[in-house]
Amino acid sequence: MTNLIVLPILIPLLTAVILIFLAKSVRMQRAVSVLSALLNMIVSFTIVHEVSVNGIQKIDVGSWPAPFGITLVSDMLSALLVVTTTIVGLAVILYSFNSIGEKREKFYYYSIIQFQLVGVIGAFTTGDIFNLFVFFEVMLMASYVLLVLGGEKIQLRESLKYLTVNVISSALFVISVAFLYSVVGTLNMAQISERIASLDEFPGILTVIAVLFLIVFGMKGAIFPLYFWLPGSYYAPPVPVMALFGALLTKVGVYSIIRTFSLFFHQDQGYSYELLLILAVITVIVGVIGSIAYWDIKKIIIYNIITAIGVILYGVAMATTTSYTGSIFYLIHDMLIKAALFLLIGIIIKITGTSDLKQFSGLIKHYPGLAWTYFIAAISLAGIPPFSGFIGKLLVIQGGFQSVEWIGSMIILISSLLVLYSVMKIFIHGFWGEPKEYVRKEAISYQTLLIPVILIIAVSVFYGVATEVIHPYISQAVETIVNPEIYIEAVLKE
Amino acid sequence: MKSSDVILQVIAKIAFFVIVLFAVHLFFEGHYRPGGGFVGGLVTSCAVVLLLLAFDMKTVAKILPIDFKWVIGVGLLIATLTAAGAIVFDVPFFTHVYDYYQLPLVGEQSLHTAALFDLGVYLVVVGATMTIIQSIGESE
Repeated sequence: MTNLIVLPILIPLLTAVILIFLAKSVRMQRAVSVLSALLNMIVSFTIVHEVSVNGIQKIDVGSWPAPFGITLVSDMLSALLVVTTTIVGLAVILYSFNSIGEKREKFYYYSIIQFQLVGVIGAFTTGDIFNLFVFFEVMLMASYVLLVLGGEKIQLRESLKYLTVNVISSALFVISVAFLYSVVGTLNMAQISERIASLDEFPGILTVIAVLFLIVFGMKGAIFPLYFWLPGSYYAPPVPVMALFGALLTKVGVYSIIRTFSLFFHQDQGYSYELLLILAVITVIVGVIGSIAYWDIKKIIIYNIITAIGVILYGVAMATTTSYTGSIFYLIHDMLIKAALFLLIGIIIKITGTSDLKQFSGLIKHYPGLAWTYFIAAISLAGIPPFSGFIGKLLVIQGGFQSVEWIGSMIILISSLLVLYSVMKIFIHGFWGEPKEYVRKEAISYQTLLIPVILIIAVSVFYGVATEVIHPYISQAVETIVNPEIYIEAVLKE
Repeated sequence: MKSSDVILQVIAKIAFFVIVLFAVHLFFEGHYRPGGGFVGGLVTSCAVVLLLLAFDMKTVAKILPIDFKWVIGVGLLIATLTAAGAIVFDVPFFTHVYDYYQLPLVGEQSLHTAALFDLGVYLVVVGATMTIIQSIGESE
């Protein structure tokens, strides 16, 4: 079927439109959202299979041949990220049923969630740099609404900051695309790559553009000097929205950095890669400092996002096969586990009514299921061997040592320890100790909220245990990244 | 207040139709000359805004008993389905088709599915603009 790779974008888009008409009936909205999320998950698994069998899939939208029209390209990296997105999306939608509240649900909540998924999946699938910008905007618009929906004071304040930062970075994105267009004269990513490769020497202006792109995507993806907006903004929205943001939004920035750096700027690995390396290491340090500094469970997990971004980009900056493999393993693991952790602390906050770690303890006595799920999520995050975070970090660090980057690799090793400390702090102080009495605001059985979390954790445990099964897919993804010729070949020649 | 608006109201009534006709003109011009769904939609909402200025919210709601949020939905649906129609024929997404037809009254004309997509854009623009203006106008 020609249009297979469009479906993961089309299904949530159509769903979002249909949900506009169903605004009054919450039950119908829930049913439609879940059905579409399930369907989308099945479709995206089919795409992964298709890509693994038949190589990179592409569509020339509107039947216009490749460099002239918009091309949608699904290589293994984007197919895997789309699958992960749909899994996280399904879990977040399920979790929202018992958590988000009817007032928000009636105000187009599920519709916006679907638009968010459209933006994220579109950004992963597109093969055109300006189309990437458009999908970024789709994603960001939806995230503005999700952030402010409900209209509490903190949400209003933080969405103003978030909006300002993202409007500026979007303007920078357009400027960078304009610069790039004036140099290479095309917007199709494969052709940009081809044209840059055909230049005799790597001109300085391209290094400038590389740094501009790094600033733009770094602002979306929260790397070191540009992460300042994230801790506040992610603190404001309700938990399912926070999970969606934490799992998906920053990762789109990371994906874009991987894509542009491996496709456009790989000829000259001097300055821009060096810069990325330094920023990645500082990002790790900043994230770790934040996560051990706070006693607020939301803040702890939020700073762990920043750490993970640093680790992934560290692998990207090495630009070897090993380190890329590690980065991609870690990227997918991190999307899953961040969603799970946010949803878990959401349950904790629901039970205790506070996010201050010093206010509660002894949860394990009454909520053993919750406690052990959290435990598994926590040690996966830190990268304890049988679980999902291990292999990615192992390969990233191995890649680092191979490239003789001792300091950075040691910092990442030590950061794992501190990440483990930060999440175990929640476990030790929150779950162990003397049980306290909590006044529950609403009578919500925590088991129903736990189901989607267990879904994600199960996927993540499978991901960690069955590395042998996953590895061929990841290495196929890395092959395309390391050899951009495969990508160009698939898009332009036919 | 109301009594002093006679001139404005009369002019608005006439201008409304002129503006709407101009908007329709712009909409259908889009393929060959400057114009299209976006500017057509904006000009249409300008006409409605003129009515809102001359009369009050309630009167306009009585003249146009439409929920503009639904207009957004319908517009999006038309645009998406036009694009998705390609799937049925197993050609790449967003592939448009056109042909020449002998129509009554206007003679030979080309009909293009891109116009349907433009109609979607038009409706979304009208819906979004009016929703923004109405909800700002209604909030105290």
